[in-house]
Amino acid sequence: MTGKKLSAKRRAYVGIMKTLMYISAGLTCGPVIFMVAFVMIKGLPNITWELLSTSPSYLSDRIGILPDILNTIYIVVTSIIIVVPLGAGAAIYLNEYASNKKLVSVIEYAAETLSGIPSIIYGLVGMLFFCQFCGLKTSIIAGALTLVMMNLPTVMRTTEESLRTVPQSYREGAFGLGAQKWRVIRTVVLPGCIDGIITGCILSVGRILGESAALLFTAGIAHTLNNFISGLTSSGSTLTVALYVYAKERGEFGIAFAIAAILMILTIIINLAAELVSKYFRRKKEL
Amino acid sequence: MKRRKKITLEAVVHLIFLLLGLITVGCVLLITVYLIISGIPAIRKIGLVPFLFGKTWTSTASEPSYGILPFILTSIYGTAGAILVGVPIGFLTAVYLAKLAPPRIKSIVEGAVSMLAGIPSVVYGLVGMLVLVPGIRKLFNIPDGACLLAAIIVLAVMILPSIIKVSVNALEAVPKEYEDASLALGATPVETYFRVSVPAARSGIAAAVVLGVGRAIGEAMAVMMVSGNVANMPGLFESVRFLTTAVASEMAYSSGLQQQALFSIALVLYLFIMLINATLNFFLKNGRED
Repeated sequence: MTGKKLSAKRRAYVGIMKTLMYISAGLTCGPVIFMVAFVMIKGLPNITWELLSTSPSYLSDRIGILPDILNTIYIVVTSIIIVVPLGAGAAIYLNEYASNKKLVSVIEYAAETLSGIPSIIYGLVGMLFFCQFCGLKTSIIAGALTLVMMNLPTVMRTTEESLRTVPQSYREGAFGLGAQKWRVIRTVVLPGCIDGIITGCILSVGRILGESAALLFTAGIAHTLNNFISGLTSSGSTLTVALYVYAKERGEFGIAFAIAAILMILTIIINLAAELVSKYFRRKKEL
Repeated sequence: MKRRKKITLEAVVHLIFLLLGLITVGCVLLITVYLIISGIPAIRKIGLVPFLFGKTWTSTASEPSYGILPFILTSIYGTAGAILVGVPIGFLTAVYLAKLAPPRIKSIVEGAVSMLAGIPSVVYGLVGMLVLVPGIRKLFNIPDGACLLAAIIVLAVMILPSIIKVSVNALEAVPKEYEDASLALGATPVETYFRVSVPAARSGIAAAVVLGVGRAIGEAMAVMMVSGNVANMPGLFESVRFLTTAVASEMAYSSGLQQQALFSIALVLYLFIMLINATLNFFLKNGRED
């Protein structure tokens, strides 16, 4: 401050606010550092090759999480395959086709509502609709379909955001050359929004990996080893559900921490991937 | 001939995209209809008032009573507690990140916040179960540390990312001219941030808080692992059950009226969420008009 000095009251205000901000930022970072460190220290020593490569067996008193790893992969792959066309299609409709403002606002409100619904409610409705009404029983496919509903708004939003960055002149140029709407979308619009779709995929994968409440009643808690095709129609727990079962119901904290450490590593990878992808595409767009 | 074929293709594609666009609406309708259909019968049998305001929940007793007031109050107290703890921390961190933090520190803290958002809720539950619960037991010298307080602390940490991200976006959208004007009048930067930028971003910050409320009231697994899961009336050191955990903990083995009552609980939870969504939308719209 040049010239006159600040009054003591104002200096105190500035000082207190600054201190409070530093403390808050510390309190935000503290739990992250603590949780990552705690889970890694407790979990990493428990990760053994046997744990990763076998299925659990009561006979030989062995716990393996291979089925859970496979089930997680099945559920991620299935959900993403279904949610991407649906979410991207919905975003394209909103951004390219829709001319009725009322309809657009209804769709957007529905998407916002979907993203606010707690996962336990998705789990219940998934159980009632996919497992019971559609006759899929408790299975990976029922779980995956439930997750599709959950992740629809995510993919929609990221795709829409990147659609908005496709310059209007590209579309006009294509129309001017005589192309029909579908052709413009296929050749000009879709390639332009690929970054949004990829970001949506990464975010969805993260959410699916972390989801448990929605899967407990739709995909179940079985630990049997299946291949992809037979796995889809049978019950199977993902890593997060397995963590819950081992920690809460079986008291196997060593196994739970091993799974938690794996999940933590995957979370870090996904966060880095999301950052790298957005950086890569930003740079590409600037060129 | 060729032209007509092209037009039909266009029409078909248009129709497909229209259907895809309507999928979200379909999902919301599906969820609403299913929850109402499956939630109403139990409320009818039990009666709306005894169901909502009954103080005892003994679903497995020989003469079961289904009163969910303990769950409703626990959810409200738990959420309020998490907001009370989480919002000041999240808000101040957001102001720091949006205005004060040097770029390097900002990117580190933002990374930590995304990490916090990405950690699965069962991991929160696990760490809470093994660190927080024994900690509370020793600190306050009570027989069981799994209580409302533990749930509040876990929830407060879990809602931080939503609050911080939305508030930072709102604060960064404040026009620079406002701040420049305040600085030119002799206010210090910190005074400017809190007396000019924050009021200008109030809609966005309010939206952040409402979003946090939604996250807290909907969280199930982490809370289930640390709150003790007994249907008591809420008290800070009481073992409690939330609306979400009531559904999750009994669903696996319930049948008949008990299961129907669980669907009714989910319906009540859904109504809360709808109310929160409407509030959120109100603030977001307000922000856009400002």
